[in-house]
This record gives sequence, structure tokens and C-alpha cells, in this order.
Amino acid sequence: MLRDITLGQYYPVDSVLHRLDPRTKFIGTLLFVASLFLFHTFPGYGVATLFLVSMIFLSRVPVSFMFKGLRAIFVILLITVAFNIFLTPGRVLWQMGAVKITYEGLIQAGRMAVRLIYLVVGSSIMTLTTTPNQLTDGLEDLMRPLKVVRVPVHEIAMMMSIALRFIPILMEETDKIMKAQIARGADFETGNIFQRAKGLVPLLVPLFISAFRRADDLAMAMEARCYHGGEGRTQMKPLRYKGRDMAAYCIVIMYLAVSVVFRVRGI
Amino acid sequence: MGIIRARKLGYEYHRYDENGQEEGATRAIDDIDLDVRAGQFVAVLGHNGSGKSTLAKHINALLIPTEGTLWVDGMDTSAEGELWRIRQRAGMVFQNPDNQIIGTVVEEDVGFGPENMGVPTEDIWKRVEESLQAVGMAAYRSHSPNKLSGGQKQRVAIAGVMAMRPQCIVLDEPTAMLDPNGRREVLRAVRELNRRENVTVILITHYMEEVVSADRVYVMDQGRIVMEGTPRELFTRVEDLKSYGLDVPQVTLLAHGLKKAGLVIPEGILTREELVDALCRSS
Repeated sequence: MLRDITLGQYYPVDSVLHRLDPRTKFIGTLLFVASLFLFHTFPGYGVATLFLVSMIFLSRVPVSFMFKGLRAIFVILLITVAFNIFLTPGRVLWQMGAVKITYEGLIQAGRMAVRLIYLVVGSSIMTLTTTPNQLTDGLEDLMRPLKVVRVPVHEIAMMMSIALRFIPILMEETDKIMKAQIARGADFETGNIFQRAKGLVPLLVPLFISAFRRADDLAMAMEARCYHGGEGRTQMKPLRYKGRDMAAYCIVIMYLAVSVVFRVRGI
Repeated sequence: MGIIRARKLGYEYHRYDENGQEEGATRAIDDIDLDVRAGQFVAVLGHNGSGKSTLAKHINALLIPTEGTLWVDGMDTSAEGELWRIRQRAGMVFQNPDNQIIGTVVEEDVGFGPENMGVPTEDIWKRVEESLQAVGMAAYRSHSPNKLSGGQKQRVAIAGVMAMRPQCIVLDEPTAMLDPNGRREVLRAVRELNRRENVTVILITHYMEEVVSADRVYVMDQGRIVMEGTPRELFTRVEDLKSYGLDVPQVTLLAHGLKKAGLVIPEGILTREELVDALCRSS
């Protein structure tokens, strides 16, 4: 059923990582990504692997879910690795005509592959353990300083959470319109790409009209419930750092310090 | 003085052609006088396009009258400064249950109104709990609204309004998109609120069955109030109601037909029990 799909890829179990404040997880992920670019030797990647594996273990999310995200970047990964292997100059290991593989190329490709894979797996841990709503709340709070330069932070967050709420509704509606149009002889499946794109018009037009109508209704309903922007608004579920968040920050910062030391020492 | 009072209320929609030139104006409501006392259950009846939704939006100050005045709890709705206080006093529930739920979780949606009003966090939780209890949806507090039935969604919407502690709630055809079960569910919740919490209810509808238990009924046609009275008073005038495009409840219609055919039974029979009673007595 369309209405049963969960958005994002949140995996509902109860773990330490799930209970962490979304801001902690977001900053933690950023620092982890930074560390990936600080490490540039294999002992360094060993440390990153250790950290990542322990995080996966802590999250209690099945490992297969972690690697699902990799499917999306498979092509990019392949291209990156290929470019690095074949185009890095250095000690030639194997050559056939103009195509050659160098020792440096292999090392570079390995590094790139590790960075990319860890980056995706690391950020999947965040999205798997945080509901889209928490993530929105966290981002709103973290972006608050941008208010000074007139970025409408609250409005952006509100739009994000409304979009999240309406995606399943609009998907259901798409399904309904599609069936209605198929019943009247619309064809969404045959023909080349242009014919198919043209075939989508009778689907998209009613969908857009209904989306605008919904937006209008929703705006009115929000006004009727005294919504007038972020000014003077309180929160039902305000974000509060707890002891475990502090502990998490300490661990991540220690980990980052290790990566800085590795970099400075050139290990 | 009544909680909602209107004097000579009028509202004009302006129509524009494609170039933005004014083509003319349509009078959606005209010369409306209304007096609703606190704690009353008032129903406004009318077929499509009779102006009843426009009237509802005036009570919540979503529309500002172009003529006449409307007071909510003594506050003039056209006064800019009172806007948010008026909307807090007179909450509004709309027709489409999907398009008025903002939160992705039931309790968050109910908390939306109080959040906007700047209620402190602990107090919001208390209000959410109470409102969900009042409409019997407390068990669903952590559910996603997408998985609820239409009637349940409408009850959540009512709870969302109740959490703002209004004195009056306006329901604009809350049952039009529901199945008979959902309709009963929502009406029961509304009646309970009216009786137990003493909230003034203004129910806008085109289902005659829903107004039977109202204290007072107004019938609208072409932007005007054409009939008013208790349900019993109105239902004695079957022909008039029909002429305004309204469907009289089956029992009332049957009783009316029997009376016309010569049976000695009273006018304005509202329920099946009453009819049985009247028939037993007449024979």
C-alpha cells in the first residue's frame, strides 16, 4: 500500500543512537565526514573503520540497510575508481597500449573508494536512526544563527515538515488519478520516451491542480489555528541536550582529535 | 449579550477577468443578523452556494465583512489588533480532513494551535492530553494521521481546535466527506463537547438529520437567512424547506405525508420513536 511507505529510511528500533538529539547526530556526521578527509593513510582508515563499525553496532540497524544507500552511488563509485586507477601517473605495474595501471593509481583509487563508501554509510546511520521530523527540527535549530542574515529558517523548516506530511497523500492521489486516466484509455506504458513524457500530461495537470487546492485549504486551516510565522511561537517538543549527547560529543571530538594527530604526524 | 452577534452582515466577492479587470461582484452573504448565546448548539443549513461557508469564515475572521459588523465575544472582527484573539475564541474545523492536519503525528497536530499561541511547553502537553481525551482519540496519539479513518481525522481536527481552549467552535460541513459511520462518530464528539465542556457549537451542514438535536437552526438561501427557529418549528414547514433545496429527514417527510392524507398526528415529527408514538395515539 502506498500509504504505508515510510519516508526517508528511518528504521524504527530503540537504540542509544536513536535516542540521541538530532543535532548531535547531524554534527557528529559532519565531523565524521571531515575525519574521512583528514585521514589519508591505511592505518588512519583502520581507525575510521573501527569507529564506523562500532556506530553500526550501536545503532542496532541491520547492516544490510546500511549498504542499501550504496546502490545509488554505485555508478559514481565505479567511475571514480576507474579514473583513478587508469589516469594517475606513477610506477607502472601493467600496461597495454595507452592503457596502464600504476601503483599510485591503485592506492589513490582505494582511498577514494573507502572515503565514498564510508561517507554514504556514515550519513545513512544518521538518516536510519532519525525520523524526518526530528531531522527537520534539528536543522531548524542548527540554522538559527542564519536568521541574523534574514534567512527564513523557521519557514523553511515548516515547509519541509509540511512537504513530508503531504508526500504520502499526493502519492495516493497520483495513484488514484493514474487509475482514473487508465480507465479512460490513457496509456502510460508504451512508446518511446517522448511519447511517454507526453502521456504524463493528463496525470500531472490534475495532480497540480489538486495540490494547489490543498495548499490553499491548508493555509486557511493554519491561519484559523493562529499560525503567524515563527514569532512568539513555543514548541511542544523542544530539543534539549541530555547527558548522553554530551558523551556523544566527547567521543566524536576525541575521534576527530585522533584524525588530526594522524594528519599532523603524517601517519 | 451573545457570544456571536452579527448585524446587517454582508460580503461581496469581486470577479476579475483574465486581464485583472473587474467584471462585477457577487454577493455571497447579505443582510445577516445572527445572535448566538454561549453554550448553544446552533446549526446553519443550506444547499451548495447558499453562502453558509462564507458566513462560517466570517466568524473566524478569515473573511472580513464588506458591510455590517460581526462581534465575537464582544470583539469586532474587522478590528486588526484583535485577529489572533478572535481566532483563539472561535476555532474552526473544515470540510476536508486531510487538508487541515498539519502535524505528521496526531499529538503534534493537536499541539499546533497552542504552539502558535505561545503556550508554555508543559501546558501544551496538558492541553493535548485533555483535548484528545475529549474526542476519544487519546489511544491514537502517536499514530500518523495518514493511517486514520476520515471520522478519526476529523476528531483529531476537532481536538486541535479544542486545545486552543475556544469558547466557540465553528464546523464547516465537517461530515461532507465522511461515510455514515464517520459522520455519526464526529457528530457524537461534537455533541459531547457541547454538553460536557459547554462549548458553543455552530454546525454548518446540508444534512437535515444532523440538525435535529440543535438548539436553534438557521436556514440560508442565496446569501440570506430565510428561516430560523428550533428544529421542530422548522420541520413543520416541509414545503418551505423543500423549496430551498433541502432534504427533509425521511421520518418527518413520512409524517408530513400521513398528515396530509388525513391522519391526526402532530406536525414536526423528528424521530422514528416519535412517529410510532404519535401513530399509536391517533388510532
